[in-house]
Amino acid sequence: MSSIATITIRPGAVERRAADAKDDGTLARQRIEPASAAGQGVPRWLRRLSGPILLVLLWHVASQTGVLPGEVLAGPSTVIGSAAKLIGTGELQDAMVISLGRALAGLAIGGSIGVALAVLAGLFRLGEDFVDATMQMLRTVPNVALIPLLIIWFGIGEAPKIALIALGTAFPLYLNVYAGIRNVDSTLIEAGRTLGLSRAAMIGHVVLPGALPNALVGLRYSLGIAWLALVFGEQINATAGIGYLMANAREMFQTDVIVVCLVVYALLGLGVDFTVRTLEKVFLAWRPAFSGT
Amino acid sequence: MAASLQRNLNVVEAAAPQTAPKQSKAAVPAVRVRGLTRRFGEREVLKNLDVDIAPGEFVALLGASGCGKSTLLRILADLDREMVGHVEVPVRRAVAFQAPRLMPWKKVWRNVVLGLPGRADKARALAALEEVGIGHRADVWPKVLSGGEAQRTSLARALVREPDLLLLDEPFAALDALTRIKAQDLVGELWQRHGCAILLVTHDVEEAVLLADRVLVMKDGIIAHEERIDLPRPRDVADPHFARIRGSLLDWLGVRHGTHGNA
Repeated sequence: MSSIATITIRPGAVERRAADAKDDGTLARQRIEPASAAGQGVPRWLRRLSGPILLVLLWHVASQTGVLPGEVLAGPSTVIGSAAKLIGTGELQDAMVISLGRALAGLAIGGSIGVALAVLAGLFRLGEDFVDATMQMLRTVPNVALIPLLIIWFGIGEAPKIALIALGTAFPLYLNVYAGIRNVDSTLIEAGRTLGLSRAAMIGHVVLPGALPNALVGLRYSLGIAWLALVFGEQINATAGIGYLMANAREMFQTDVIVVCLVVYALLGLGVDFTVRTLEKVFLAWRPAFSGT
Repeated sequence: MAASLQRNLNVVEAAAPQTAPKQSKAAVPAVRVRGLTRRFGEREVLKNLDVDIAPGEFVALLGASGCGKSTLLRILADLDREMVGHVEVPVRRAVAFQAPRLMPWKKVWRNVVLGLPGRADKARALAALEEVGIGHRADVWPKVLSGGEAQRTSLARALVREPDLLLLDEPFAALDALTRIKAQDLVGELWQRHGCAILLVTHDVEEAVLLADRVLVMKDGIIAHEERIDLPRPRDVADPHFARIRGSLLDWLGVRHGTHGNA
């Protein structure tokens, strides 16, 4: 699977060295192949893709042979057909834009609150005393359990959906940014002091950049939760969006449309994850950590 | 500047070893420490310490691990105020630590001018990097620097501040032997050029004798011994005078050594 340098162990290698040396007087040797020799032939991306492709093939065969009835789960060909139809009418695109908009709006609100509170608690003793205990207490409440309360507060429109996402995303960002600020290398803070940095410059040039890797980890968690909260939130009497499409399909036992919606959720999630990884590449290029090559 | 003037006097002295001018200037020392005591809990790490460093003087502070030498340096760098006593240091001072302590998220040149007033001045950073011989590394991340290059960057960052006092906390301890020799030569040259007072904290006797005007041996929180090094510069490790001074310092540090008899 991976491109780790491999060793071709020839007969007569390590374990049998002593015996060989005694037997025929020759030295046991092994050949160390260059790393590029590993994984030649089938490209890595193709090998990684083979699993999912096989799964879809199995699914297709099961549907065609009737092992998997359409009422339980529609076959891939039906799903593709429905997707094409939904795209043709523009329903799917509209739903995606609305769902993505909800996720981003919730993340923007929740993320801003989380980061702001983390900076407050991270930088100021007073902020820590006020904010941190409260946040640590609140984060243990499962935010999905707040849905009934959110509906009472905000009704059944857009507001409770976005509020749910905001609530879910605020905590991972808060926790990670706060930890990032508190874990900034103290020797660098000292170095900053000897360089005569003012408090503002210390925060701008040392503390916040030092907290950035953690902040991006927090962003990843937050996005994962934003998606989860979106799925839950869109169950609240949605009149538009992917959740609405799904709810409609459920009413009519259209498993094909449900699968299309699931795939769209997955693709949106992948897309957002890709965005964060790109952000990490751009903003954390300075990091000496293992780059995974 | 008084500092640069004093430095010139020292250069003259090097040829004809004579300490008189330094003594007269000692009325306005760069560093003045009186009755300095620092406790960690019950333990007294610095005991009623008196230290003077003249402007432009190169002082090495020798001592075994845990003798309090780094504690003194941290107090002079204003990183530790939990002390009792009287400490005066120049306003313009700079520190180079054992680890280079570069901000990993700033390109090398930005590290050099970090903390200077006004906009980041690349030309100034480049000049400083050029002086320590790594101008070509200005635009890389610190993570790709070798140990020696990182330490040079740290020196450039200290010197670009044009300090009157440069504090060096075992800056060569983590370098390999060959890189260390080059770095020591570099510090010697930079000192001659900039004329700032230097306090070099080290446990390397040879390094101290090679570079310093005066060596202080620290033991159990007090200055146990003071040795003025009047050898002409550049100094030669093979010089018998050098070996004798080194031997006597090693004795003060309580270390037996084989080469003592050679001197």
